[in-house]
Order: sequence, then C-alpha cells, then structure tokens
Amino acid sequence: MSQPRLVRLAETARSPVRFSLDGEELTGLEGDTVLTAILLSRRALRRAEFGPEARAGFCLMGACQDCWIWQEEGGRLRACSTPLRAGMRLRSDAGDWPGAGA
Amino acid sequence: MTRVLIVGAGPAGIRAAEVLAGAGLCPTVVDEGARAGGQIYRRPPLGFGRTPEKLYGSEAGKARALHGRFDWLVAQGKVWHLPETSVLALRDGVAHVLGETRRQIPYDRLILATGATDRLAPVPGWQNAGVYSLGAAQIALKAQGVALGRQIVLAGTGPLLTLLAMQLRAAGAGLVAVLDTAPMRDQLRGGLAMAAARPVVALRGVSMRARLGNLYHAGVTLERIEADPDHGVQALHWRNARGQSHRTACDMAALGWHLRAETHLADLAGAEFDWCPSARQWLVRCDDMGRAGKDLYLAGDGQRLLGADGAELAGRLAAIALLRDLGRPAPAAYGLLRRRARMQRFANAMARAFPWPAEAVAALPDDTVICRCEGVTAGTLRATLPASGPEANRAKALSRVGMGRCQGRYCQLAGAEIIAADQGLAVPRAGRLRAQPPARPAPIGAWLSTPPEREAE
Repeated sequence: MSQPRLVRLAETARSPVRFSLDGEELTGLEGDTVLTAILLSRRALRRAEFGPEARAGFCLMGACQDCWIWQEEGGRLRACSTPLRAGMRLRSDAGDWPGAGA
Repeated sequence: MTRVLIVGAGPAGIRAAEVLAGAGLCPTVVDEGARAGGQIYRRPPLGFGRTPEKLYGSEAGKARALHGRFDWLVAQGKVWHLPETSVLALRDGVAHVLGETRRQIPYDRLILATGATDRLAPVPGWQNAGVYSLGAAQIALKAQGVALGRQIVLAGTGPLLTLLAMQLRAAGAGLVAVLDTAPMRDQLRGGLAMAAARPVVALRGVSMRARLGNLYHAGVTLERIEADPDHGVQALHWRNARGQSHRTACDMAALGWHLRAETHLADLAGAEFDWCPSARQWLVRCDDMGRAGKDLYLAGDGQRLLGADGAELAGRLAAIALLRDLGRPAPAAYGLLRRRARMQRFANAMARAFPWPAEAVAALPDDTVICRCEGVTAGTLRATLPASGPEANRAKALSRVGMGRCQGRYCQLAGAEIIAADQGLAVPRAGRLRAQPPARPAPIGAWLSTPPEREAE
C-alpha cells in the first residue's frame, strides 16, 4: 500500500535533482515534472478541500487544476506542467493561511 | 503588417503558422507547452532519448515533419513563439497572456487552435487519487516515460482506449483490463462507415483491438470505483455485456469517452455556438474554412473533433481563409476541403461506433460526485433544479456544478445530461455554460506585482 504511485518505464539515464516536500528530502530526475517527481515517492499530491480523499492529478494537461502544490514561500504551482528544479521546497497544502488546512 | 495571433501549437496551429509565414506574415504563436507539438505530438523535455518511432508509432513521420517545420520557422524568425504561456482573456483585440510574466498582445486577426480535452463521464468514486483521464495516461507515458500505476484499468470508449492500451503494453506497463462502454452492435455499425471513409486507419484500429485479446471487453457498464481515501483506487466494479458483475483489482483507472472541444477562448472572443447532435456537445458556428466571426478563425479539435490529420488540414484552411479575407494571394483550398470532408465522415461514423453513455450518466446515483473540483454530487444538482429551473448557468450558480477551478471542463456535459433527464428535456435545452475569464486560474500576484508588458505595435 505504501508503494509510490508512478512507475518509471523509460528515460532513466538522467541526472538526479534534489527537492523537498513537506520538509522531507526527495530526489527526482532532470526533466521530471513536479507531479512525476512527487508521485514517484508518494501516493498522492495533496488532500481534497471539499472531501475526505487524497488527490494525485487528473488530466496532466493543465486543464483540470487537480494537481495544485504549494511552495514554502507561498506560491502555487500546477504540478503537471511545472518542471522540477533543484532545491525546490514544496508543500502539499497551503500552510498557515486563514482557513487553509482547517 | 497585419498582426495575427495563433493560440495553440499543435498540428492545427503549426500548419496555420506555416501558411501565414509562407505569405510573409509573421504570426505570434502562444502555447501552454514547453515545446511545440500539442497533445498527440507532444514532445518530451530536452535530454530525453526515445525516438519519434518509439513515441508516436505509425505517426512518427507526421510528428517529425510538424516539429521540424515549426522549429525551423521559429529559428528563421518567421514565427514568434511564446511557449509555456496561457491566454487568460481576450478583449477588444488584445490578448491578456500569462507566462513568465504577464503580457498584453494586440492583434488584428485571431486563429484559435486550442484543441480538446478528454470527454469525461463521472463514475462513482472518480474523485479519488489514481483516477486519471486516458489522455493523462498517454501524456505521462510519452512526455515523462512513466506509468501512472502498477495495475492499470482503462475504461470508457473511443479510439484512444485501444491505442493507449497498446502503447502501455508495448512500454511494459501493467495493464489488467480494457473496458469499453460501447456495445459491439454500435461498434460494428459505426465501424463499417469508418472503414468506408478511412480504410487504413480503421483497419489499424481493428488489428490493434485484436491484439488486446481477452483484456478487452465491449458493452461494459461501469458501476463504481472502489477506493481508500488515503491510498486511492483499489478496484473497479463493472458488469459485462451479459450483465454479469465483476470486480477488477487495480491501483489506477483511466477514463475517457473520446474528446470535448476546448472552446473557452472562442466563447470569450464572441463566437456563436450550435449543438452538435453527432459529437453531443456545443461546437463553434463556423464555415468549412474555419471563419467563426469578424477577424476570428478556428482550427483543429477545438473547431471540429477530426483528430490530428484533420487538424493539420483545418489549420491550413483557416490560414488560407485569413489570407483571402486580407485580399492576399493564398494557396488553393479545394483539395484540402475534400480531404477534410472525408475526415468529417469518419468522425461522424466514429461517434456512432463509440457513443457517449448518456443513459448511464443520467441515471448516476445521487451520491456520485459530478464536480471533482468541489465535490458537488448529482443529488445536490438535482435538488437545485426546482429552484434554478433547467437552464445550466442558473443551475451552476446555485449548485456550483461548473463553478470550480476547472471551470466546468470536466463536469458540464454530464451536468447537462442530469439536468435534462431530471426535467424531461432534450439535452441542448439545458443550454451551454458561458465561459468567463480568466480561462485559466491565475495568481492575484500576477496583477499586483508586475506591470503588464505592452508589445510594440
């Protein structure tokens, strides 16, 4: 059950890229999207705001907005269409904004 | 010089840009992708190693030609390409776009080649992690070299269902079932007409299908997706054509019922819409060349759902129409129009072969989530109707189905089916959700921190 969601099938000979999610240090590969990199370590990206379930993206073409992820400095990303960059510090929720994560 | 803005760098946008560049215009092409190609011919990031043959199979030659042509046009300075950029709004001949920075791009003529998304029918449980669109599974494989799960079920209908199954299997993904909601009877009837219009394409589909063997089931009814709130999808419950119940264990389910034209920007640009009974959705009113209004042209799947080959033709035709309207010399359109008509016959036959599951959507249980963005259920929508009446925009305002962050892209067709069935009306009587800017969610900061950059006129 704790296996990550994604499986790499090809293109594995790329340089590693280090980033963090919710304070945990993780590694992706050069050319991964933020969504790919996270779901190769986790089962989901975030929790739904309007239901009990976890979310892991849906359309992967920037249309559904299911894959929102936050940066520690506050900005929001569409994980499916944002390339992973070394040193990114990501959060799976919006943090201490009023009403967020309540 | 006439300023032409093209939105979208898929097969339609690329061919439109090529024709205009050939006539000496230097069009601006705005696209959300990092590299031009669109969805079907989407390219992996630089540094990836698979060949076009590996990525696009029988269509590799077409992909190579499109990518090469566009890259050459950009390198020669014949086209100005703005990648990773979204058009948020169109107003008074100015496109408000957001990429690294926010810009305003004034234009005289606009070609919209915005493509399509998967067309989704809700299935109980589809809000859970591990449920994706069919297109998503294909994008993950093509552009990232990953499978979105270990035990994969594909469900829905349309050509992508079979094609994706073959691509996943060839790449070594764990495919456990392919569940087609189209009854075999419809597939045979529509399939004959498909073969009459495009024999090679139809035969390729039949042969791919045969190779799926007993993974493939036709005439399936999807009952529900079993999931754990933390871990996501665990199984798909379905009935076969004879009504026997099955539970297929899986950790990923990809859903899709062919395509939904992406018309948000056309609506903002003032286009008119007609209900298309064949595609069973609202499409932009335009002539065969793609003229959709004053200075407005449409091409590709956002105009008519003809697929990638049809999109290349439509892109050329829209550019030819634009050149003619400017009174400039333009290439001949007759041959292109004849081939486009054949694509339309094929598309109509395909719609009969792989129908949208209207009855199943209308009968969804009250606790089924219709709006994935905000978790609004079919029951909430139905309970709204006595107050809102059957008009989709009013029902949206009261129920919030269509109001979420995807702006109705994945729920509005299902919502209209539910409204129409509940009120005893034909689906088009529920009306069409009006598009609102911004066409993509945009951070407030883009408006606060950076002054918009006005392009030189």
